[in-house]
Amino acid sequence: MSTRESTVTSSLQRAPSRLDYEMVVGLEVHVQLLTRTKAFCRCSTEFGAPPNVQVCPVCLGLPGALPVLNEHVVDLAIRAALALDCRVHLVSVFARKNYFYPDLPKGYQISQYDRPLATAGRLTIEGDRGDAPASVGITRLHIEEDAGKSVHDRFPTLTAIDLNRAGVPLIEIVSEPDIRSSRAAGAYLRSLKQLLEFLEVSDVSMEEGSLRVDANISARRVGASQLGTKTEVKNLNSFSAVERALDAEFARQCGILDAGQRVIQQTMLWDGVTASVRPARIKEESHDYRYFPEPDLPPLVLELDRVETIRRELPELPAKRRARYRETLGLSPYDADVLTATKALGDYFEEVVRHHRDAKAAAKWVMGEVRAALDASKIDIADFPVRAADLGELLDLVRDDVLSGTAAKRVFAVMAQTGERASQIAQREGLAQVRDDSALRGWIDQVVAEHPKEIARYAGGEQKLLGVLVGFVMKKSSGRADPKRVNQLLVERLGA
Amino acid sequence: MTHAGRAQPTGGAAAIAEAIARGARSPQQIVDDTFARAHEARAGADGLNAFLWSDERVVRDQAAALEKRLASGDAGPLSGVPVVVKDNIATLDSPTTCGSRILENYRSPFEATAISRLRDAGAVVVAKTNLDEFAMGSSTEYSAFGRTKHPLDARLVPGGSSGGSAAAVAAGITPIGLGSETGGSVRQPAAFCGIVGVKPTYGRVSRYGLVAFASSLDQIGVLGATVDDAALALQTIAGPDPQDATTRDVPVPDYRQALTSLDGVVIGRPREYYPEQLDREIAERCDRALEHCRALGATVRDVSLPSTDLAIPVYYIIAPAEASSNLARFDGVRYGLRVADDGLRAMYEATRSRGFGPEVSRRILLGTYVLSAGYYDAYYAKAMQVRSLISRDFTAVFSSGIDVLFTPTTPTPAFAAGSKTDPYDMYLSDVFTVTANLAGIPALSLPIGRVRGLPVGGQILAPHFAEQRMFGVAQALERALGSEADR
Repeated sequence: MSTRESTVTSSLQRAPSRLDYEMVVGLEVHVQLLTRTKAFCRCSTEFGAPPNVQVCPVCLGLPGALPVLNEHVVDLAIRAALALDCRVHLVSVFARKNYFYPDLPKGYQISQYDRPLATAGRLTIEGDRGDAPASVGITRLHIEEDAGKSVHDRFPTLTAIDLNRAGVPLIEIVSEPDIRSSRAAGAYLRSLKQLLEFLEVSDVSMEEGSLRVDANISARRVGASQLGTKTEVKNLNSFSAVERALDAEFARQCGILDAGQRVIQQTMLWDGVTASVRPARIKEESHDYRYFPEPDLPPLVLELDRVETIRRELPELPAKRRARYRETLGLSPYDADVLTATKALGDYFEEVVRHHRDAKAAAKWVMGEVRAALDASKIDIADFPVRAADLGELLDLVRDDVLSGTAAKRVFAVMAQTGERASQIAQREGLAQVRDDSALRGWIDQVVAEHPKEIARYAGGEQKLLGVLVGFVMKKSSGRADPKRVNQLLVERLGA
Repeated sequence: MTHAGRAQPTGGAAAIAEAIARGARSPQQIVDDTFARAHEARAGADGLNAFLWSDERVVRDQAAALEKRLASGDAGPLSGVPVVVKDNIATLDSPTTCGSRILENYRSPFEATAISRLRDAGAVVVAKTNLDEFAMGSSTEYSAFGRTKHPLDARLVPGGSSGGSAAAVAAGITPIGLGSETGGSVRQPAAFCGIVGVKPTYGRVSRYGLVAFASSLDQIGVLGATVDDAALALQTIAGPDPQDATTRDVPVPDYRQALTSLDGVVIGRPREYYPEQLDREIAERCDRALEHCRALGATVRDVSLPSTDLAIPVYYIIAPAEASSNLARFDGVRYGLRVADDGLRAMYEATRSRGFGPEVSRRILLGTYVLSAGYYDAYYAKAMQVRSLISRDFTAVFSSGIDVLFTPTTPTPAFAAGSKTDPYDMYLSDVFTVTANLAGIPALSLPIGRVRGLPVGGQILAPHFAEQRMFGVAQALERALGSEADR
């Protein structure tokens, strides 16, 4: 018996476990683009309007209406494609994806099929990667329009249709099957979301549906080179749902394979309540979409100049910004990660640095006080009452010993409530440090009189008691005394 | 037999507009004449069945509004000119049914660009006209609202699918009608009825508001009592439209500049359009027309368009494929007919089976089939390749010194209603016209005489956006033929 055969035999002897299988995942992410108007008409894309008011003959699919491409959609899609390191094709073709559904007014969706806008890209996974690969391949990025919304819980026994969303522009970003675990899928999605947010191409809000994820998943024996049969998991409404659904579906597939059966290629729906997946009903199943080139729109032909201009104007992306924070501003890798979590937070931090030169102090405050205040009030940094310039002024006051650390925190708390300037608050509340020697000597005299024992021990050589004495003086001053000057004056007084 | 078409009791479009501008006639008088003529010709359901809608009150309101415009000195090139409009073109003050049960009471909330341009020019829309359902047909027999009859002989078809507009113009009710073309639906009925029909270059006229049949082939076309009427109408509606991404920004020259001579003009006679089995008398009529062209100074050369025989099969793959997608929106959910049944799928099936007639259903099924996974490459993809061969044939001929091509418009004159029972037999009546749609080039049919008492049409095909040349040749030929065209 050869070694090889014996290995096979031994692995058959014990019951196979999940550790014998490898998860293979590719993700399809739909991202709503941040345009004011829809992809093929002039209707508003604003979220939250009453049903069916942001509609016109084009997005209602009325007989005789025709689509006209919104060029802003193209610009944003190119921006995303370039940031994902894709090849942007100078000629791409719109196609019709045909299927019947009540919220699909034309009976087809305008999309791109065999000639997408961009292919062959790559996303670098940032931050805490876990077991995620350093990067994940991007198969393709294409432009399409959204369907409307079917509302099942509004009227008993009836389905209501809201077509405000019909025709809203999306990009679909399809990854290679490079992802090998649910955590890696999470890491990929967080990096993608961060990148898109930096690019300002989307709100990337899963709650408002501006970012939607479908997952293709298969299981195979560890070491196998062929892919297993995949299923598509849908109805994933958060990143954690993606991770949990992948684990559930992987376990289900492993169970099937262990039983010597075959996985059926089908669509599975995640149910967050029962934390399980179930097969989709037939009508939610995959269709024959009968794609063909959209005859109402000429091929999308791009000038090379346009692509290159967009490339030149790409904003600083998260990886680059993180590196700059570490190398130029001297922040720790952890601080750099935290401050680049969102573009807005980093922009705020940089604005503080612009006013107050000390990046480390700025980092400490933004990561600490600012984030805590935002969390507590549950507001967006864009709506934060403390303007970056005002925080810079506060830090200047600390640096110049006008405010103690403790006083600064009290001032900041007021700023976060009222949006007033730091100097104003410090003055009104009498929080500025007292550095007037005669006032300080008054408090020192009192402390010397009240603590003869400590004075004696200090005189006897217990140098470390100086700190205790400074503390007494600070207390006397209600924290307003300038501790450095108190220190000097105490040494002068006692050492003489 | 009545005398159809040629002599307009109301005068040609230009003459009407001129009389109105001069104050010699009023829009209301023109409306009076038009309704009198429509009554006399029995345009309604009890007669020709050319009209699906005509509401005198609405028409008089238009005329009254026009009179106000005229009073303020705002006269247009079509002031007071009555026009009829095929009922698959969206109009605001009347239904747009497409000759289908599924849109029986549908009213569009917007108007086609072509209609807005006609109205801006002063035209008065007097009727919406009958058609084969969704423009699918060549005889106007496939309308859900009954067939249209040929103005010369009620037993015959007027051609189609723009049969209602063609019959109305031929009956002398209006000098101008709008139709639509996907494979010959303007030129073929024009030929059958003895009038002028024009399919412009693809992208020359906005399709905004034209209910789509096969979007890559569809164009709004014009029917005219004379070449000048057609030229004036096309002049008015042509030009780029920001609401149709397939229109092209090419200047619209003066289509009414008549050529007095054809000196230096080279006319190609493509042999594939003159097959052995062609009706001998039609061939003779074409030869006679070419004789006139020679007499005017033109050179006639035999040429070849070798891919011609592939046009019908290619057309009947591409057009149904696009139609199957374009007609998916008629699902009973938002507008039009809904046949309630148990559940969504059953509602779709009941609505669409009841709403669409047999020819439309046939084409939807055909189109769905050729686009299906596993068949796409063999049918649709292959058809698109062959389509480009057909285009290339024309490009090659036109770049070899040929200015325009001259062919018969149809292989036969008007046929009897009910005589084409095999769908493929019906499809073959478009054999000389579909090529222009597949290649996107402009084409015009004009009357060149009669065969066994029935009009036949000669077709002039020109390169992309060379409508001016096409009209020039047509006008010269029309003048040379004179009354011979009606004999």
